[in-house]
Amino acid sequence: MVSPLMLFSRNGRGDSLTLEGRVLAPAQGIDECLRITVTDGVIAAIEPAAASALVIAPAFVDPHVHLRTPGREDEETLRSGTEAAAAGGYCAILAMPNTEPVVDTAAVLGALIELARAEAVVPTGFMAAISKSQGGEELTEMAELAFVGAAAFTDDGKPVVSAGLMRRALQYSALAGRPLALHCEEPALSRGGHAHEGRVSAEIGLGPYPSTAESLMVERDLALAAAEERPLHLMHLSARESVGALRRARNEGIPATAEVTPHHLCLTDEAVRSLDPNFKMNPPLRSEDDRRVLIDALRDGVIPAVATDHAPHARHEKDVPFEDAPFGVTGLETSFAALHTYLVLPGELTLETLLERMSTGPARAFGLAEPRIETGARANLVALDLEAEWEVTEDGFRSLSANSWLLGNTLRGRVVRTVADGREVFVA
Amino acid sequence: MASSLDREVKKLPTLRGRTVVNLFYESSTRTLASFELAAKRLSADTMSLRSSGSSADKGESLRDTASTLSAYDPDVIVVRHPSIGAAGLVARYTGASVVNAGDGKHQHPTQALLDLYAMEKALGRLEGLHVAIVGDALHSRVARSLVQALVLVGARSTLIGPPTLVPRSFEALGCSTSNDIRDLAEADVVYVLRMQQERMSPGEAFIPSLREYTALYGITQERVLPGQVVMHPGPMNRGVEIDARVADSGAALVSDQVRAGLVVRMAVLYDVLTTAAAHEQVVAEVAQWSLH
Repeated sequence: MVSPLMLFSRNGRGDSLTLEGRVLAPAQGIDECLRITVTDGVIAAIEPAAASALVIAPAFVDPHVHLRTPGREDEETLRSGTEAAAAGGYCAILAMPNTEPVVDTAAVLGALIELARAEAVVPTGFMAAISKSQGGEELTEMAELAFVGAAAFTDDGKPVVSAGLMRRALQYSALAGRPLALHCEEPALSRGGHAHEGRVSAEIGLGPYPSTAESLMVERDLALAAAEERPLHLMHLSARESVGALRRARNEGIPATAEVTPHHLCLTDEAVRSLDPNFKMNPPLRSEDDRRVLIDALRDGVIPAVATDHAPHARHEKDVPFEDAPFGVTGLETSFAALHTYLVLPGELTLETLLERMSTGPARAFGLAEPRIETGARANLVALDLEAEWEVTEDGFRSLSANSWLLGNTLRGRVVRTVADGREVFVA
Repeated sequence: MASSLDREVKKLPTLRGRTVVNLFYESSTRTLASFELAAKRLSADTMSLRSSGSSADKGESLRDTASTLSAYDPDVIVVRHPSIGAAGLVARYTGASVVNAGDGKHQHPTQALLDLYAMEKALGRLEGLHVAIVGDALHSRVARSLVQALVLVGARSTLIGPPTLVPRSFEALGCSTSNDIRDLAEADVVYVLRMQQERMSPGEAFIPSLREYTALYGITQERVLPGQVVMHPGPMNRGVEIDARVADSGAALVSDQVRAGLVVRMAVLYDVLTTAAAHEQVVAEVAQWSLH
């Protein structure tokens, strides 16, 4: 009943190439200087090599990307979004269904898959909606959607407000054999909210979006998942209370996974003082205390995945007062460099942990093939220059949008080459 | 400038040939009137635009409106807007000086300046004063600006109101908070905030009823001690946050505040237009006035 295919791209035959450097594949315990020979897209040989400045790692997997297609092709297309993913070192991404129309029928999903086969340079999976039109009332035809190729189900952008529908979705998703990915937000607590409830929101006067708006929903959904014995994935966690609930649930054996974004790992609500709409996202940036808890959880694996929540927006829609701007920032092209600069270099996270949480972690959470460095495996590789410094500029993106929280920042560490599904998709 | 208000001919030639544009996206009586009159008293040419009847009605963005008005080379744009940071945004797209006349729940700096002016006139000092600010602080740009201004002049303040409208997190601004109206007793000034019902969307009642609010926090004659002065930024809801007898009593400085508004706004326009060297800094400070 379930389609074996979850990722789609225009890639046909693979390329032949060699990569040489310090090969770092934490999930496989590899850390040595090697030469990797790829023939027709498959790793044909791995041999010892001389020391080199480049780091070669399993390419990244991003489980949370907004490609804005169909409906807002002015903000992102499958081509521009996957080119941005290639530049960010990704070999697989999962696209969100909150498009116009919503990906809630096999017809819409099928058309997207066809488009991906024509345009996507990086293998792309599509999540379908949990509820029709993401209206929170009726379930989508999950079994059929999974058969056509839905990678997972989510109403991302909106929470599943009804506990009753959430319970049915958990039960019914067993037929689909795909996980539910949840945007946890209690709208009665977040309504009118533009910034984390705390000192900064009080001082500026921005509508408060308290941590409990997220954590209450996290607690509810974990309780439902435990009762139904179904797995779930918690998206873009931001609050310490949510992490605490996840930690307890995992200790009790509930099969819950989670993701955290680079911006929640690197920033706090202090950034909101600038009133720059590129610091406006949902969930909002929270306190330093929350940020520390997120880093700890990523380090110890309670949160096994980094996800960008890449959310492109048209320039004119972000060039308005903070409260009038839409939520969301881009992230595909800056995620590794940002986390390397702001977490690895200051010693918050090891490079190995970061690489694992950007590749194996998210792949496992969604049952995708794990990028591996071994002979006979399809080549999914990223080459990184850890010394390279570069400035994030508005005209430097492959994404059609430039609403990055990193504009003007100088980052250290750069993706210089990406091989996705055997094809060389990016060379700096 | 204050003395010019008492002359028979009140106009000063100071800003002749200068242009002041008032760009108002929210309804306003005293702020708009006083900015307009202040500019006229200083002999500047003035023009007032309201969002209704302008291109904003047709969906023009704030950025484009700012650019459009800038093409006429105004010297000052005075901005009132329902969104936080609107004046700051206008300042990015115009060469004119920008004065923030209220941006959402964020700041209302000229209100705070006129309040300080009226307080000093009435009480002879600012340093060491204790101001009790009573009411809906959560939704109040007036409270945010006033608390910060009082810190700057060495006065202290206590926000008093129900916990839903006076969150403890406000103490980060440099004030105390209280839910007990009896804490008024320690204050020199009772500053009454308007109950901004229009800020509360349906289904999000921050208080169970105005009746209970008035019973708990309404400023009545019984609650005002001899020697205290009472201030209100207007417009007043008589019978809600302030009793009519208090509003009309000798303790009330409400009309002094209005008069101070004219003087202070004349001073702000004068300052902005005559300190060319400090120009950039003044724009930044007035547009985004805060402690940070």
